[in-house]
Amino acid sequence: MERSAHATFWSRKLEGFGRGWYKFSRNPLSIIGLIAVLLVSFLATFAPFVAPYPKHAGVFVNFAEASQPPSLRHLFGTDVVGRDILSRIFFGFRFSLMLGVVVLTLVVPPGVILGLTAGYFKGTWIDTVIMRITDIFVAVPPLILALAICSVLSPNIFHAMIAVSLMWWPWYTRLVYGLSSSLRNEFFVQAAEVTGASRLHILFKEILPNCLSPIFTKMSLDMGWVILIGASLSFVGLGVQPPKPGLGTMVADGRIYMPDQWWITVFPAFAIMLVVLGFNLLGDGLRDLFAVEEV
Amino acid sequence: MIAPLLEIKNLHVGFDIYGGHLKVLDGVTFAVGKGAKVGLVGETGCGKTTTMKSVMRILPIPPGRLTEGEIFFKESDLLRVNLKKVRGVKGKGISMIFQDPTAALNPVFTIGRQLMDVVKYSKGAGENQAKDTIKDRAINALKDVSMPDPERIMENYPIQLSGGMRQRVCIAMALVTGSELLIADEPTTSLDVTIQDQVLRLLGNLVEEKRNSTILITHSLGIVREWTDRVYVMYAGSMVEAAPTKGLFSNPLHPYTQGLMKAVPKLTGEGIAEGVPGRIPNYLNPPSGCRFHPRCPHVMRICEQERPPFFNAGSDHQVACFLYKE
Amino acid sequence: MRLGVFLLKRLLHSIFVLLGLSILIFIIARVMPGDPARLALGPRAPEWAVQRVRESMYLDKPLYAQYYYWLKDALHGDFGESLVTRRDVATDIKEFLPATMELVLFSGVIMAVFGILLGAISARYSNTWIDNVVRIGSYAGVVTPSFVFAVLFLLIFGYVLHILPSIGRISSGVARPPVITGLITIDGLFTGHFAAVLDALKHLIMPGVALALGGMSQEARITRSSMSDNLRKDYIAAERAQGIPERVINLKYLLKPSLIPTVSILGLDFAALLANAFLVELIFNWPGMSRYGINGMLRKDLNAIIAVIMVMGLVFIVVNILVDLIVAFLDPRIRLGAERSK
Repeated sequence: MERSAHATFWSRKLEGFGRGWYKFSRNPLSIIGLIAVLLVSFLATFAPFVAPYPKHAGVFVNFAEASQPPSLRHLFGTDVVGRDILSRIFFGFRFSLMLGVVVLTLVVPPGVILGLTAGYFKGTWIDTVIMRITDIFVAVPPLILALAICSVLSPNIFHAMIAVSLMWWPWYTRLVYGLSSSLRNEFFVQAAEVTGASRLHILFKEILPNCLSPIFTKMSLDMGWVILIGASLSFVGLGVQPPKPGLGTMVADGRIYMPDQWWITVFPAFAIMLVVLGFNLLGDGLRDLFAVEEV
Repeated sequence: MIAPLLEIKNLHVGFDIYGGHLKVLDGVTFAVGKGAKVGLVGETGCGKTTTMKSVMRILPIPPGRLTEGEIFFKESDLLRVNLKKVRGVKGKGISMIFQDPTAALNPVFTIGRQLMDVVKYSKGAGENQAKDTIKDRAINALKDVSMPDPERIMENYPIQLSGGMRQRVCIAMALVTGSELLIADEPTTSLDVTIQDQVLRLLGNLVEEKRNSTILITHSLGIVREWTDRVYVMYAGSMVEAAPTKGLFSNPLHPYTQGLMKAVPKLTGEGIAEGVPGRIPNYLNPPSGCRFHPRCPHVMRICEQERPPFFNAGSDHQVACFLYKE
Repeated sequence: MRLGVFLLKRLLHSIFVLLGLSILIFIIARVMPGDPARLALGPRAPEWAVQRVRESMYLDKPLYAQYYYWLKDALHGDFGESLVTRRDVATDIKEFLPATMELVLFSGVIMAVFGILLGAISARYSNTWIDNVVRIGSYAGVVTPSFVFAVLFLLIFGYVLHILPSIGRISSGVARPPVITGLITIDGLFTGHFAAVLDALKHLIMPGVALALGGMSQEARITRSSMSDNLRKDYIAAERAQGIPERVINLKYLLKPSLIPTVSILGLDFAALLANAFLVELIFNWPGMSRYGINGMLRKDLNAIIAVIMVMGLVFIVVNILVDLIVAFLDPRIRLGAERSK
């Protein structure tokens, strides 16, 4: 008896997963996105093992092979001090992904909790305080404030993470606020209230689970945007600092050697596009997946 | 015999979804004569709206898919001629009243704008009517549906009206086109019970007055009985019985129709209505043979193996059930 | 009247947001480790000079007093002295803001017009090759940072093809029109300096398009998806069923409701333009406020940083109010809803 209930539970999970995968895989773009994300994650994680010249990630000089165009030896060419661009891109992925993961880890929990609270207490002073504060934070594009924060602290990747995180939480608060302020009027929430469930229970066990799909979708899309902002910060010189290989830093550094040594700039630029595209396609796939079935 | 105004032959429509193909319409055959008032009844989900959306060519494709069948309107095949021409034909010939008037009115235009455009492109109206004539006709159309203060309503947006008023606007729009065939898809289900009857009566009177052919889609037998002169009963994607209204109510033949009749609560107070046990089948793997056989009290061996064709059972009364195989 | 109330509400809210923003940025600027005055003047400056700067910025007072003095001055249009250019920050901004506005407005127009156009075409010809080209193109546009576009354009059109000027607002040989708005193209049109207008437009194309492509792609995607969503709405089916010609449905009944989401996100897209202008101005050596701001940031010019951010916030707020007005004009549900709740 026990066992069969267990079995149906898992077969239902499996059925749900199968249904989800079917929907997701119907769109080839989602699959491309998934592959791009997996590929980039793999390359970033195992960069020291898969990069052809792992030593080139840091301070390394070999003028004998400086400014080589793409060849079999250096697929994406070398930069002006002879470092392999491909290897540096792999390590660049590390910084990008690290930035994305750290920022989202820092941002999502407080953003979501504030949004839940403000939405549940909609119309009270709690709502007013929280939401007016988010108004202030979104009054200037995140990149600009992040630039300012990075500049007053000393520029490095760690401060870039803090800066972007400070600017990013209000978007989760706003998203969850919208969801939870409408969910709190649903019958299942009111039923829980009537039966005397605690506020914590209502917020986290009744409302939160119903907000998860949009949150996950936004997280996937945001990985792309956070990485893009990180690359922008690095591009201006306020993010990853040389000799560390930030993707934005590499694009900026190569700029002065245009157009003759185009590969120094162009390949890292493509690498940024690949990461952002991957997370975007994946996020769109997830959004379609979670969207309410039309038929 | 003269050709009917609208004729649907053996229509198959499905939807592609996870795990396969939903066979929603499984050979729908249906005809509406000139000036006829036809009712189409069946449980929710039996394919009534899908059938009508196919006629209007407004089915979402994909995931919808028309796999087989023909639809003739005034002898032109709506599925074969190209879409632009169809819409021309329809505009001049078929109009439709939707289930939900809130969704059927464009939220960002005033009632007047929408109605005047319908008038402007309606049958019999030259493309270059004077603006005043158009406006007058639109206001008259609102008066026809007993709308109070039509001049003010013209300036209003849909959200400023109540549900009943919105549906009257939709009725006005459908009628002002001067179409020969009017499809009313459960025109009162989304309205408050208190005004359902009012709207229905209004629609009935107007149809009587304008002599349109009408298809009324509903799951309410009471409305059908009062309203129509011929009824089609639909079950799980195909027609199971077709008869003149009187004949159907005095002598329901198909076990499903009989079940439906019993499901109507009676004023005599003989307790709870019986209804039809079971549910509409799964369209992914519909039952073999007659789709009704798992719920049928008179099921026979043949019902599981073969699809019943229409058998003649009396004057103009057809039924798709092996019980009536001579 | 209704509009008046709406504007008043928005105005009060904007003042609140700007005040909040000033506090936020002030705190950020002042928590910086080290002594901003010393940083600005360099390690070799004499102590008395550093002390003077400290006093001028009230750095010797507690934080709330610093803020109070700063706010008092700012309300009089005095943002202090730039520690880098050694001029009034307000003067600097007056000089650099028009260049940024010209770039961003030019970009904004390209973004909105072509974005909506492409989206509409894509929806109209959905699932044909035209649609596929637009969709793939807009995906590429959305994920490509504008600084990458800028660098690539510079490479292709500036260095390889030599068909467009690659730096600055206007060629050195061309006479500048007299300053009215500070926007060379507008001033030139008013005063008849058409050579200057043409030259300025040439200079605008590369940075303007590089800046616009991201938002444009976003607008195209939103327009396409809202149009194809609305295409499935019952009211479109009803309009078709009632015999309104396809042309009228597309251009009128489908377009107007579909523009609502498109216009609603214009504000966000405009924010992205402002932000990316920071990078694009740097690349094209565009003498605008963003470049001024970035240089200020790289050199810790606090007064300049605060002022630039406040001005950006102000511009963004004005744009958002405009966007809200357009949306309210397009969508009676919002207009009438506001009236009802009043």
